[in-house]
Amino acid sequence: MCDSCGCTQPENSVTITRPGQVGSGAADHHHSHPSRVVEVREAVLGKNDGIAVHNRDFFKERRIVALNLVSSPGSGKTTILEQTIRKLRGEIPMAVIEGDQQTMLDAERIDATGVDVVQVNTGAGCHLDADMVHQALHRMEPAENSLLFIENVGNLVCPAMFDLGEAAKVVIISVTEGEDKPLKYPAMFDAASLCLINKIDLLPHVDFDVARCREYALRVNHRLEFFEISARTGEGMPAWLAWLRRQL
Amino acid sequence: MSLAINIVELVSEKAQAAGGQKVTSVELEAGTLSGVMVEALAFCFDAAARNTPAEGARLVVREIEARGACLGCGHVFVLESLLAQCPQCGEYAVEILQGRDLKVVSLTIDEE
Repeated sequence: MCDSCGCTQPENSVTITRPGQVGSGAADHHHSHPSRVVEVREAVLGKNDGIAVHNRDFFKERRIVALNLVSSPGSGKTTILEQTIRKLRGEIPMAVIEGDQQTMLDAERIDATGVDVVQVNTGAGCHLDADMVHQALHRMEPAENSLLFIENVGNLVCPAMFDLGEAAKVVIISVTEGEDKPLKYPAMFDAASLCLINKIDLLPHVDFDVARCREYALRVNHRLEFFEISARTGEGMPAWLAWLRRQL
Repeated sequence: MSLAINIVELVSEKAQAAGGQKVTSVELEAGTLSGVMVEALAFCFDAAARNTPAEGARLVVREIEARGACLGCGHVFVLESLLAQCPQCGEYAVEILQGRDLKVVSLTIDEE
């Protein structure tokens, strides 16, 4: 797109090259202009990762355990949070950052439980990034020795790539989804430390094979821990609550 | 798309710092387990670069083959995916040694 000489680059301007090979694909941009190569050598998400380090330092200083809750839409993240907060309220100080593309609906549900909550609306964005969390932290005052739940945008792909400064990612899968989700979206299961298998009260009505789901997830991430829960009936919740207490 | 925007921001910043007005190409290194779809990224890059110094720049992506060490037998092998199984002992537990990173290596700027 050199306006001065009128030569335009091809529409498809990508080349894919293996190490040691000369680039192929798009034609080289032959010019008489002098050009200069600038070394960069920086991670594409370096800026995000830098802010994540800043967030992590803030959490460490105040002994705040931040957990990044990730899942497909509709797995029950907000219901798990509501029930968790109701069980731990009065015992552990808690706060919540809610991430959704639109609406205050989840923040309103959390607000009804009485804990401090900030809603981040990402607009077209499909994930939270470290700066959004940083901005949210400026609008709240999470207590020392507390739990901070960050409910990410429902999406099993992009949130895996963005470090928010959290202590751990908790991936949630519900039994109304396929047990093969860990195979289809391995990056998220690889990035997580804990997996909650939710809605187990529905197991008699669906074909979800819990053992197979665990096996698939362990293939991706052999360090992953699991709890099988139903946020609706409370089944399995004590083990998850005990895990939360151990993080502080 | 947000990766493309991150690349364009980084590239524009570096180009301006180097006193360049126009970026003609951007060299990326993408691990085969970085989670990036190169074709999709190239498409998004073209869109994200509009009205920036990177507009029209050629994206050159160098793939870095992912390698991992089997935690069962220590064998080092090429990882096709996060679900890779050790070809020697069948173990799934693997420590990834390389191939996760996505970085901008360099850019070429036109001097007026």
